[in-house]
Amino acid sequence: MAKLLVPLALFLTVVAFLAVGLYRDPRLVPSPLIGKTTPAFSLESLRNPDHVLTLADLKGKPLLLNVWATWCAACRAEHDFLMHLATQQDVQIYGVNYKDDRPAALGWLSQLGDPYVANVYDPDGLLALDLGVYGAPETFVLDREGMIAYKHVGPLTMEVWEKQLLPVFKKL
Amino acid sequence: MSRLFLKMAPILLVLSWAAESQETGFRALAFATTVQEQRYKSLINELRCLVCQNQSIADSDADLAQQLRGEVYAMILDGRADSEIVTFMVERYGDFVLFNPPLKWVTSLLWFGPFLFLATGLCYLFFQIRNRARSDAEATVESPERPN
Repeated sequence: MAKLLVPLALFLTVVAFLAVGLYRDPRLVPSPLIGKTTPAFSLESLRNPDHVLTLADLKGKPLLLNVWATWCAACRAEHDFLMHLATQQDVQIYGVNYKDDRPAALGWLSQLGDPYVANVYDPDGLLALDLGVYGAPETFVLDREGMIAYKHVGPLTMEVWEKQLLPVFKKL
Repeated sequence: MSRLFLKMAPILLVLSWAAESQETGFRALAFATTVQEQRYKSLINELRCLVCQNQSIADSDADLAQQLRGEVYAMILDGRADSEIVTFMVERYGDFVLFNPPLKWVTSLLWFGPFLFLATGLCYLFFQIRNRARSDAEATVESPERPN
């Protein structure tokens, strides 16, 4: 009996490890920025090139910082949900327009609607580099002090919002 | 053997030419010293591209890899130490960006796991052998007493 139990236990251990591995997304890399203050920046506003946005503009209220671009298909997929959040749930969303073209980005917003309070225009990915962005869209949850409380990689959906971001957002 | 080589020679020539032309496809970077160039090459081979995760930023042609290579290059010219450049990357992308993970509490299983498996195997082997030796010894002691 014991002779059978040892290989069986080994087999079940391997199965358990493989099963967990199968359902984990290897693309999700834990961000070292969680719990830290958003990196300082000084970049043009997307709508108004004369206006410079800085970290100070993001302080004072909990908000979402959404990294997006018009070349990013997944950003198109989450856009409707961002509109829903901004209009129905009254969530403040700031955008980082990532390695994009200003006219294209403005065209996108006028055509599909603009869920953002303001957009940081980041054509060279400077702020995105400091934020450790590796695949748009990415969404950061920021508290009043500008601290990063949570980061989501990939398009936002109702399910992601309710299960992952909202519980964090409510506590801020 | 040499006939085979003669047949292969043109193919090898084409392949080596292709490899060379691919290498020159990248933009040549100017360095002040060869040491800087060596450091650049070794650094970009140690850093993982997070878009195509099994490639280093040296291998990958992804937009992010290009940007990170540019950052490494700029920091080397700027006179920053290798450790500073690595810290810069880890602060943004975490330990995952390193192909050679640091020894920490969370990575201990990664580093010591193989030894743990080896030790478990050796223990198992040791007890197996001891049990077998014991049962053999018992068998030889008992057998003469058994009435046939």
